[in-house]
This record gives sequence, C-alpha cells and structure tokens, in this order.
Amino acid sequence: MVDVPYDGIAGTVVPPAEVPDVELYHPKSWLTRYVFSQDAKIIAIQYSLTASAIGLVALVLSWLMRLQLGFPGTFSFIDANQYLQFITMHGMIMVIYLLTALFLGGFGNYLIPLMVGARDMVFPYVNMLSYWVYLLAVLVLASTFFVPGGPTGAGWTLYPPQAILSGTPGQDWGIVLMLASLILFIIGFTMGGLNYVVTVLQARTRGMTLMRLPLTVWGIFTATVMALLAFPALFVGSVMLLLDRLLGTSFFMPALVEMGQLSKYGGGSPLLFQHLFWFFGHPEVYIVALPAFGIVSDLISTHARKNIFGYRMMVWAIVAIGALSFVVWAHHMYVSGMYPYFGYFFATTTLIIAIPTAIKVYNWVLTLWRGDIHLTVPMLFALGFIITFVNGGLTGLFLGNVVVDVPLSDTMFVVAHFHMVMGVAPIMVVLGAIYHWYPKVTGRMLNAGLGKFHFWVTFLGAYLIFFPMHYLGLLGVPRRYFELGDAAFIPPSAHSLNAFITVVALTVGFAQMTFLFNLVWSLFEGEPSGGNPWRATSLEWQTPETPPGHGNWGKELPIVYRWAYDYSVPGAAQDFIPQNQPPATTGAVQGAAS
Amino acid sequence: MAVALILLLVAIGSVLFHLYSPWWWTPIATDWSYIDHTINITFWITGFVFTAVIAFMAYCVFRFHHKEGRRADYNPENKRLEWWLSVGTGIGVAAMLAPGLVVWHQFVTVPADATEVEVMGQQWQWSFRLPGKDNRLGTSDVRNISPENPMGLNRDDPHGQDDVVIENGDLHLPIGKPVKVLLRSVDVLHDFYVPEFRAKMDMVPGMVTYFWIRPIRTGTFDVLCAELCGAAHYQMRTKVIVEEESDYHAWLGQQKTFAELSGRNAVVRATYQSGGK
Repeated sequence: MVDVPYDGIAGTVVPPAEVPDVELYHPKSWLTRYVFSQDAKIIAIQYSLTASAIGLVALVLSWLMRLQLGFPGTFSFIDANQYLQFITMHGMIMVIYLLTALFLGGFGNYLIPLMVGARDMVFPYVNMLSYWVYLLAVLVLASTFFVPGGPTGAGWTLYPPQAILSGTPGQDWGIVLMLASLILFIIGFTMGGLNYVVTVLQARTRGMTLMRLPLTVWGIFTATVMALLAFPALFVGSVMLLLDRLLGTSFFMPALVEMGQLSKYGGGSPLLFQHLFWFFGHPEVYIVALPAFGIVSDLISTHARKNIFGYRMMVWAIVAIGALSFVVWAHHMYVSGMYPYFGYFFATTTLIIAIPTAIKVYNWVLTLWRGDIHLTVPMLFALGFIITFVNGGLTGLFLGNVVVDVPLSDTMFVVAHFHMVMGVAPIMVVLGAIYHWYPKVTGRMLNAGLGKFHFWVTFLGAYLIFFPMHYLGLLGVPRRYFELGDAAFIPPSAHSLNAFITVVALTVGFAQMTFLFNLVWSLFEGEPSGGNPWRATSLEWQTPETPPGHGNWGKELPIVYRWAYDYSVPGAAQDFIPQNQPPATTGAVQGAAS
Repeated sequence: MAVALILLLVAIGSVLFHLYSPWWWTPIATDWSYIDHTINITFWITGFVFTAVIAFMAYCVFRFHHKEGRRADYNPENKRLEWWLSVGTGIGVAAMLAPGLVVWHQFVTVPADATEVEVMGQQWQWSFRLPGKDNRLGTSDVRNISPENPMGLNRDDPHGQDDVVIENGDLHLPIGKPVKVLLRSVDVLHDFYVPEFRAKMDMVPGMVTYFWIRPIRTGTFDVLCAELCGAAHYQMRTKVIVEEESDYHAWLGQQKTFAELSGRNAVVRATYQSGGK
C-alpha cells in the first residue's frame, strides 16, 4: 500500500496502479450476468427492486390501517384481527425488509465498491448468495398472507407471551413463518454485511485512506458493523421464541393462563425477550439512520458546491453514535416493568446521544452557509430530511427522558415520533439518493419537474400526517387501537384529525405513483446524463463507462489524491476537483464530462 | 424565494399549531404535575432549537441559492465553532435531563404510607383487589386460578381472606391518599393506563410491577389497556372512580371479601353436589 499523505489539494503524485483486469472473472451468459449475478451493482438493483416491491405491500397496508383509523366502522372488510395483522406486517416490512435491505443491500452494494475504488465486493459469490437468501426471507414473509390464520398480529415487536398465544391472530402459521423469515433475513444479511465491512477495510484503491472516504461510505460501513453486532440478538430471540412456540420450551413464557386454562409453560421471562429485541431494535434505528446521515451529507455537499463542514467531526459523530446506540436499548422499556433504577442510566445515555447527533445537524446546515445552493431535486429532499429529522430527533428527547416517556409511551406520540425520525426522514434520503444516483445507474436523468412535484407532495404531506399526530398522543390516544370507541378524554375533534390524517396519507401514497412512473419513463425517455451530471468529486462519478461495466474501472484502478469534498477550491478553474485528479493537473478536470 | 419561504412557514406553522391547536393533554387527576412541567421544559428547549435550525436553514437557502457567478466558500472546519455548539447542546440536554431524573426519583420512590391496591389484567378484562382490615394483601399464584378463584389467591393465606375482590368491575380510590398500584397479569402483557393519572406501567405475567399516585381530583376516568394484548386489546376497558373518603368507604363496605366469595362458591358447589337441597 502506497502511503499518500492527507493534505487536501497538494497531494503527492503516485504512480498509476497496475491491477490487470482478468477475463475469467466476467460473466459468460445472460443468466450469470443478470440473474445469478456476482456483480455488486446488479445485486444492488436486485436488492432495491425486491425491497421496493415488498415496501409497496407495506404502503398498501398503511392505507388500509389509515382507512380504519380515519373512518372507523365504515369498512366492513377490515376487522380487529386484520388491523393488528396490518400494523404488524407494515412495521416489520418497513423497518427490516425495506429500509435495512435498501440502505445496506441496495445502496451499500452499489456505492461501496465504486466509492472506495474497488472492482467489486471482496466475496462476490457470497454477495450473490446474500441476495438470494434475502429474497427467500421476503417470500416466506409474504407467504404468511396466504396461510391459514394469516400473518401474525403480534405487533412488529413480537412480544411474548402474546405473540405465540391463541388470543393473537396468526398464532398458527403466521408467527412461525415470521420468525423463520427473520432468521433467514439475518443469515442473508450476515453474508452481505461481512462483504461490505471487508471491502471497505481491505479493497480501497491506492490513496483512499479512511479519512478520505465519502461520508456515505462511513455511514454504511458503521451501520453494517452495528448490524453485524446487533442482529445476533434478534437471531437468538427469534430462535428461542420459535422453540417456545413449536417445542413448548419456556424461555420467555412464565406460568400463565391461556384462554381460561393453565398452560404448559412456566419459568420463563417475557422481559428477557424485550431486552434481546431492543438490544437489536435500538441499534436498528441507527442502522437505518447512519447510511441516511452519510448519504445526505454527500447530497448536501455536492449540490451546495461546498465541502461538508467539519468532516472529521462528522466521522467521529457517526462512530460515536454507532457505539452509544448499544447502551441505550432499554429506553424502549421504561414502562415495561423492568428494574426501575435502570431508568437513570438509560435516560442519561439516551440524552447524551443527542450531542453527536446535533453536531451532525449543525454541520449540515453550516455546509449550506455561504454555499452555492443548487435547488435540485436531491437537494430538496436533503432539506426535507433535515426538517423531518430535526423534528423527529427532538421528540426523541421527550421519549428518552425516562419520566417524560411515562405518559407518552404506547400513545400516538410514539408512533408520530418514530415515523418522523426513522420513516419519513430516511425515506427523504432514499428518494433524494435515487434522484442523485439514478443517472449513474441508468445513464439517464430523472425528470426534474415530476421530481419537484413528487418532493413537495411527499414532504409537506408526510409532515402534515405526522406532526399533528404527536398531539393525539399528547392527548392520550393509545396506539395499536382498532377503534377508539367512547372515551371521555378523546374529543370529537380528535376523530376529525384522524380523518384528515387519513386523507393526506392516501394522497401522499398515490403521489408515489408519479415517482414510479418517472423511474420507468426516464429509463427510456430521460435526458442522457453523461458520466458526471452533478459535477461531483467522488469516485463513482469518474468511471470510464456509465453505467459502469463489470469491474467498474476498465483496465486500471483509479488513484486517489484528495478527500471527497474538494468543491469550490480557491484558485481551481472549476468548482469541483475529482478525488482521482492528480495535483499537477488541478486546472484541467479530466474524465469529468465523459 | 419560494423554497426558503415554505421551509420557514413549516417552522412557524409548527409553532402556531403547538400554541393554538385544540389537542393538548387531558386535565391531570393526580399530583404528577411534575411530569407535565418536565414535558413543558422539554417543549420550550426543543421548540427553540427546532425553530432556530429551520430558520437558519431557510435563511441559507434564501441568501445562498445558486445565481450566475456565485461561488461557495472553501471552509473545511472551524474547531472553535464546533466545540461551542457541542457545549451549548450539552447544556440544553442537561437542562432537560436533570429535572427528568429528579422527577423519576420521585416516581420510583413510593411513600411509606401508601395503601396497596392490586390490578390484575387478563384477556380482556380488569380485576381489582383491595386489602381488608389487616391492610395487607394475601399472596396469590396463577396456578390457583379457577372459576371460583379468578384472581388466584392463596386459600391458606390468612392475610388474603379479608381482601376485597372485584372481578371485571370498576375501581374506586379515595382522594388525597397515596396509592401504590400493584400490577399483575395472568396471561399476556397489559398496561393499566389512565391518561389523567399520567403514570402507567406494563403488567407482566410472572412478575408484580407497580407505580404510585396521589389522586387530587374526584371524577370518573377511563381505564384503557396500553400494551398490545391480542385481538380485543382495544375493548379492554373499565373505569376508575376517584371520590371523597366517606363515599369510598361506603362503596368498599358493599364489596365482597375473598372469604365471602369462596364461602358463597362453596355453598353453591355444595348445593349443586347435594342435588339442590
């Protein structure tokens, strides 16, 4: 490894790397090129399409539950059991099968090798296997809609004893297949995750020091490390719960009465499952958030034509958040009946995590300061992300502060909070990122006019859905309720608000169709983008071909001379200098408009 | 500049909504107004940060959006500014955390003179138990549960004989007296949730959990289950009635004790077995 000093503009000139392309390595048939592909870019698209497809199912489920909440009693085809099945499947799909898979399997696979200057992931075969196991997990999950009794209605947290007892819908097949699907997902993820970590650590091209990585890579890398540490807790919990359900063990099951009869269970602890679940579940929030943090940093920097403010602090904030997120899990359990004195510790750690998170927010808005802000569609989504993330992050300070959580937990405040912070905000980034990288994937631009329409409806609509929802929770409206029924503390105006939220939710949902149309239409009719339409610095925009071919770089790997944020460098002819541009030729940008 | 204006309006609209919307917490019925105060402090601090960040962002978009010939500054970092912002954030966080922990300490410290009341959850109804003249609740076990003994009390425990048992009914509480609410479930997780009380806690089979309150206002309040407990979770309702002490004792006097209930059941069973004589 040639040591290249980190010195911004005036780097040392390094001789070209000679990494010959090997013919054997390329796929020989249509099947191995597009279906059983070992190319990370194809695997990324497979992951993204599968995640989006199951995500659309979750979107439709959200419409159904909103119909019920907005207009209770109107839709006879939704009963209480189905309502619980909808919320459970919606939550599980969105958190795990959509967001985790899309950020790590989708964006991770596409961007990591390109951004670090590698030809591919280090274990392409294992990478391929990762996708196929993921697909199997999705199919097992989707099959629960068709089995007797339907999918589980235990809530996405799957808390025992309820999850495996007969008072809960989907107790026969639904819960068993759900647990099996989670186990498969984790197996598949582990294969992919090992790849991402080893690729970032071992396959960076010459000159690409860790502190020259784009923040996108830092975000995905840290999230992957966290996922590799956190998912085993869910794996163990799922296996034990499956044993309780199928073999009658009692890991999580105390002596209890089931439908009036003393059950065969005894001696287990329901709280143990909750600790295992949230030991995974809280890092999971950041497994979704950190890639979003990284990506949005790069979107803001590129489209504001300015280096990200405080890069080193941003990297350390990502790492600090990743580490701290492993010692905050029980803030989901303040009213679970756990040892009450835990509250002091977990409230303190939870609020401390606000500090590195706030630093990231400050640095995003400070990047805008004295920038040259192009209000492109990716930039609009980045701005939408900042607002929704700040809003959702701040309400986290309510729920993290143990005693404040007591009246608010299990109310719509919680639902509003987590949708804003890990639903709307990351999806803003996902959408912005798709508008940003679509030209690299397809060679064509997405239509900007449709994109702006899509942004405003999605951003303002999502805000109108979830901001007022906090106040329903403050009022005391509980979550996971099929019908609110008569309760003196719920005024008629709260029901009107629920109806309003439903109307907006349906509007926002249907507006996504313009996006799907744009994705398909632009594939054929979009304006050709060239290799680097945003005039960005990071390596994925400097590939010899667009879309990049198998092996990414043609004959020679790029050499990196600078960090990823040389925008508007004083004295430079253009307002960006690609990472692979040698210092001697600073004036003439090469390969930029290829 | 339309984009900057809309961003600013989102922030201003949020603040106005907070101030003028009709949806706010229900009037409190216990002396946990400390919790409400802590929420208010949190609203002030977070509201300030939210408005400041969005306003700054909107200003940047307004002032620095792309025009022909504009070029961004090159400004990698500013250690001083970053440290000041971190320290400021730390102070804000401490200002929310400190009162939160103080009130949490009150929340977990039950007064010595609190009377115990037991709430038992089962799919999908509530039962209650109040101590009798000896002021002690008897022991219980889920294995004792039978149609005659729905709360699973220990028949051999002398402290349990005078316990008042209310199966699937309303709970009454006297005003002004601290109450330690003991929580028990016989099947799945439940959560005894009265919005006006502010306090709540999950009920976990195999464990006894608790919270404590001091009711300060008479009235009838809805009891809901706040922890998903299966198909009829949303129908698991009852009422809690806070009343003057004299009314409370009058009500208490009409309730059946465990001994009376088992005696009655024993009579019923004996009658049945002896063919109705």
